[in-house]
Amino acid sequence: MDLRYSPEQQVFEKEVREFTRDNLDPKVARKVLEGCRLEREDFLSWHRALNKKGWVGVGWPKEFGGTGWNSTQQHIFDEVTADAGAPQLIPFGLRMVAPVIMNFGNKAQQDYHLPKILSGENWWCQGYSEPGSGSDLASLKCKAERVSDSSGDYYVVNGQKTWTTLGQYADWIFCLVRTSTEGRQQEGISFLLIDMKTPGITVRPIIMLDQEHEVNEVWFDDVKVPVENRVGEENKGWTYAKFLLSHERTGIAGVGRCKRIVKRLQNVAKKALANGKPLIEDVRFRDRLAQVEIDLRALEITLLRVLDAEREKRQPGPEASLLKIKGSEIQQVLTELTMMAAGPAALPYVREGDNGAADVEWLSDEAFRYATGHYFNFRKTSIYGGSNEIQRNIITQLVLGL
Amino acid sequence: MNFSLTEEQTALKDSIGKFLERDYTFDDRWKVIRSPEGWSRAHWNQLAEIGLMALPVAEADGGLGGGGVDAMVVMEQIGKGLVLEPYLGCVVLPVALIKAAGTAAQRTNLSEALASGETLYAFAHSEPGQRYERAAVGLQATPKGDGYVLSGKKISVLGGDCADVIIVSAKVPGDAEASLFLVPATAAGVTRHAYPMQDAQRGADIEFANVSVGADALLGTRAKAQAAIDYALDVACAALCAEAVGAMTELQKITIEYLKTRKQFGRALGTNQALQHRAVDMLMHVEMSRSMALEAAVSVDNPDAVARAKAISAAKTTINQACRFVGQNAVQLHGGIGVTHELNTSHYFKRLTMISVTFGDSDWHLARYGDALLAAA
Repeated sequence: MDLRYSPEQQVFEKEVREFTRDNLDPKVARKVLEGCRLEREDFLSWHRALNKKGWVGVGWPKEFGGTGWNSTQQHIFDEVTADAGAPQLIPFGLRMVAPVIMNFGNKAQQDYHLPKILSGENWWCQGYSEPGSGSDLASLKCKAERVSDSSGDYYVVNGQKTWTTLGQYADWIFCLVRTSTEGRQQEGISFLLIDMKTPGITVRPIIMLDQEHEVNEVWFDDVKVPVENRVGEENKGWTYAKFLLSHERTGIAGVGRCKRIVKRLQNVAKKALANGKPLIEDVRFRDRLAQVEIDLRALEITLLRVLDAEREKRQPGPEASLLKIKGSEIQQVLTELTMMAAGPAALPYVREGDNGAADVEWLSDEAFRYATGHYFNFRKTSIYGGSNEIQRNIITQLVLGL
Repeated sequence: MNFSLTEEQTALKDSIGKFLERDYTFDDRWKVIRSPEGWSRAHWNQLAEIGLMALPVAEADGGLGGGGVDAMVVMEQIGKGLVLEPYLGCVVLPVALIKAAGTAAQRTNLSEALASGETLYAFAHSEPGQRYERAAVGLQATPKGDGYVLSGKKISVLGGDCADVIIVSAKVPGDAEASLFLVPATAAGVTRHAYPMQDAQRGADIEFANVSVGADALLGTRAKAQAAIDYALDVACAALCAEAVGAMTELQKITIEYLKTRKQFGRALGTNQALQHRAVDMLMHVEMSRSMALEAAVSVDNPDAVARAKAISAAKTTINQACRFVGQNAVQLHGGIGVTHELNTSHYFKRLTMISVTFGDSDWHLARYGDALLAAA
């Protein structure tokens, strides 16, 4: 039993740290560390730097151009790059659709899509949720009708997807669509890859409570999708969808990002003054900071236990299912504490590029500028990726057997 | 990074597990509770045969040289079985004190009888009005001739009811730090008032009324005991963390079983979502506690005392909070039967509750962690 990294793992950690120092654009790092909004190009510049090194396919096997890293190495990479202020690698292509294509796609799909995901040429978004299908995802209605005519064999897609994160940047969308209404609702779903440039697709922004444009509605109006863009078998899409959801298990806890936020919060607590004294000298605030640090350490060790079990090919225990709940709760506490640390500085509505926003000179500390916006934004974490209540249902069933 | 137990550790776990299955059922335990001593010498000897008493003692001193993870393995089983024999009070704590404070000769001489399970030691430290403060020692040691005269009172001494030798913390007037003294329980002027604790373990308050001891009663160096006291109490906290994990894992299991079998309104209790989600939250506390008990186990021998203190207090905070959540909700999910003395549920609840207020409650450990944050700021 040893919680420290092995000498080989330490060498690897150093290598990642040095690479990040030398290749992460300092302007992007500053934006990330100060919590500013990131543009498409900010994400892509880091993506391309990693691709050059062969490190962008973090969880991919070598045969598809990935790193072949084990789960511990992936965690080290996540932690070190997050600490340095690297933007999160957008998961929709790399971590979501790519594993599905690798496992269930055909050779042509693999040859066409995987290299473009690695290079960053194609930005992907996720077409899962619908207005009437949130937690009850399998009730989805977006319809794909099979048509064969002189122009070929294709599906005609009609319906709406929603909560499409960064869909405004996307070149492609992977969609769950209804291809049959017979039998159980899970049995009539297919998995389609759709070019966002196809006629009939409309993307409409949804402005979230922090007044940012992060998610979208995507409308499909007689959109023609070639049958060869279907992954796997018709009506078997639910199997692939579940595979996708279970594949992204350890990353969702966001431990690397949380550690970065804790660091920022510690700095803030040292700098922010209350009655002339640093906030960290206030025992009530210090208790809260101590508590969240302790909770984060418990989450981190739990994550390491899961990674160790995966590396040793042991079946991960119940701890794996708990990571999402605990991770999202901690992220929310951290953003809330940062807002609280800001005190009265939490009040003005500050937003980059918004002429109607507050322009207050005394709000000079960058750490506070977006604190309240982040607090509002992070309410999403206990809702997305299967709400925390849905996670509890899953654990009830699969772990407790109730 | 590696989370596996060694073969020896697995074997140790299995041996204690077998002992619990064979000789430590709920009924066996009741007999022990009702006995005059409140613990069983026969069980003690069985545990000594498995090697538990020798385990934490250094190899150089005739022990097995076990570390934090070995202690964790043992304490988890002790928690699982709600073992009443005073292993924490009479082995874990004294061994750590002797190891950290004793001279080389004392370590060798004292350890043999301890490692065999023959001589029982206890650590008398808490005093009325001092709560958990570790450096607040009011019991006086007045130099007299070559030796000292001890006067004062210690409370809630784990294993104080049965120990042959008391290791007592005391302060010589004018000294900056406490000293430790070895006092036979039968020494003139020592009065112990033994009693059962809330969780059926035993303890005692011990009065020292002008107890004369020789210079050789000093454990280690005079006025240099604080680091050893801190170390030993951290070792005890790590042990309590592991014991709590063993107990709460069992209590969680018992509760799930109850939710599956108990029927109301014609269906199992566990079909109600309100109860299911509560059970998941209990599981979450158990798993976070398991992680932090590991952290405590691997940190306990960290030579960096600040890092050790932070890790131990982080772990004890997490575990104290989990003791409360898992214990209270296990009782709540059991309903009426949970508040009786007849079912083991309440016995686990009481042990977990006592752990959460032994050697620092959540507030105390959170503050200690926070102090380290402030010091580093």
